[in-house]
Amino acid sequence: MEGAGTVGRRQARGTVGIFLTALCAGAVAAILLLILGYVIREGGGALSFAFLTQLPHPVGVPGGGVANGIVGSAIIVGLAALMAVPIGALTAVYLTFFGCGFFAVTVRFLSDVLSGIPSIAIGLFAYTILVAPLHHFSAFSASFAFAVLMLPVIISTAEAAINGVSREIYEGGLALGLSRYSAIVHVVLPSARSGIITGVVLAVARVTGETAPLLFTAFGSQFWELNPNNPMAELSLQVFTYAISPYRSWHEQAWGGALILIVVVLLLNLGARMALRPARRG
Amino acid sequence: MTEQEERGRRASGMSDKLAARHFSAYFGQLRAIHDVNLTFPANVVTAIIGPSGCGKSTLVRCLNRMHEVVPGARTEGEVLLDGEDIYAPEIDPVQVRRRIGMVFQKPTPFPTMSIEDNVSAGLRLNGAALKRPERDRIVERSLRQAALWEEVKDRLRRPGASLSGGQQQRLCVARALAVEPEVLLMDEPCSALDPISTARIEELLFELKARYTIVLVTHNMQQAARTADLTAFLYGGDLIEFGNTRQIFTTPARRETEDYITGRFG
Ligand SMILES: Nc1ncnc2c1ncn2[C@@H]1O[C@H](COP(=O)(O)OP(=O)(O)O)[C@@H](O)[C@H]1O
Ligand SMILES: [Mg+2]
Repeated sequence: MEGAGTVGRRQARGTVGIFLTALCAGAVAAILLLILGYVIREGGGALSFAFLTQLPHPVGVPGGGVANGIVGSAIIVGLAALMAVPIGALTAVYLTFFGCGFFAVTVRFLSDVLSGIPSIAIGLFAYTILVAPLHHFSAFSASFAFAVLMLPVIISTAEAAINGVSREIYEGGLALGLSRYSAIVHVVLPSARSGIITGVVLAVARVTGETAPLLFTAFGSQFWELNPNNPMAELSLQVFTYAISPYRSWHEQAWGGALILIVVVLLLNLGARMALRPARRG
Repeated sequence: MTEQEERGRRASGMSDKLAARHFSAYFGQLRAIHDVNLTFPANVVTAIIGPSGCGKSTLVRCLNRMHEVVPGARTEGEVLLDGEDIYAPEIDPVQVRRRIGMVFQKPTPFPTMSIEDNVSAGLRLNGAALKRPERDRIVERSLRQAALWEEVKDRLRRPGASLSGGQQQRLCVARALAVEPEVLLMDEPCSALDPISTARIEELLFELKARYTIVLVTHNMQQAARTADLTAFLYGGDLIEFGNTRQIFTTPARRETEDYITGRFG
């Protein structure tokens, strides 16, 4: 038998516990909103049509924009996705369908470890194999570093998505006389499509905010540069350069660039959430 | 040939379509099917009954080489389709499965495909170059055979998953029939369905057996009694008894069978 006092104490403890968890959740939301509010206050003024469409102006010349950085980001991230998506998706297919031995366990473990390696180390690696031997910085080397960063995210989300497609669907395909290849490519992968796309979007969001690996790969540029073999401007890199400069007008532009980055990442995450929502029937 | 088999054969008076010979199946170390000999005559519904976990699913999955899809699974013995061993080394399991179709316990329409695409999936994805009218004809024929045509003919482009459970199961039957198999394996096709859908599937079995050899797994003895010509009782991975359905249910030869059908276990 429990006394009334014990029950009362337990209820009180429960209430305090709920209150504490709510407090933490509230603090997290508040921090995010504070950052967003601050960035909007500092950088909102910089945002304009010109900011989005013009090249950077030299120091001292007012105005100018980050158009080359936006385009550069798109090129670098796009190339990275082009490399990481097929490799990541195929790895996930291997791990879910054919990998039950030591090799698969090892690959999965390495992929998990890879996701924890600091991005600057991966940038250094890209520098060592793609920049130093060629004696010049390039957007491609940045894409390579980004692709390495994206791989573990894509592999784990695609694996979860493929696992989420019930084995019965796969076997249903085999029972119809489809080859394993056909059943995977035409039945399982289309069913896992939204999950895989979500993983890709999350991976893109993850690298869009990365700056460290770009310092010694893409390097940055003041000009329009579309050739991946050359140094290229990139938005987060521009934010970094502007922020550590001594000029007041560049500081505001740094905040503006940061605001664009946050909005893009926010939209990507929102998009991923929408895609992840279970499809309505009917 | 065993005495039981002889009885089954005489009862049906038909030719053998499919037969398991000294067949055993394993999951790693676990032996789920033990030295089973069983003959499925053509144009007959043969029911496999037995308590949960006795190996019914494993046995039917061996009949179209689906068992080996499970990692660590293996088999011993032969399964003869028209007298030819489907486990012979030169036989491609993919070809076997085109001749021996299967419907699973849970309806498994392909979630990203429309009703008509589900039905034609086996043909399209096997690389058959089908012209539109030909495809439409096969879709209609298969859906009619599965007694689903009238219910879905106005919404063939809707997702297969938009149908009710019973309709989804008949869609899976239509999908299996579209590739024109010779044998249809059904693993508890009604266990997830309501009584009305169950009745429809049972009627369907009656019509389908004119064209196909049907193996029906069920844990529902009334269903076996209603629909099957022959019944095999499986227990603990062993084939205990096989014969004419009426005989199995009225005068079982084995004590275990009697205990099971009178509800003493299982
Ligand atoms: N994928 C599997 N891996 C290991 N053992 C399994 C697997 N599937 C079934 N079994 C085992 O094989 C035996 C027969 O199972 P099953 O054929 O599914 O029985 P039933 O269909 O009659 O209920 C059971 O003991 C079950 O635990
Ligand atoms: Mg079963």
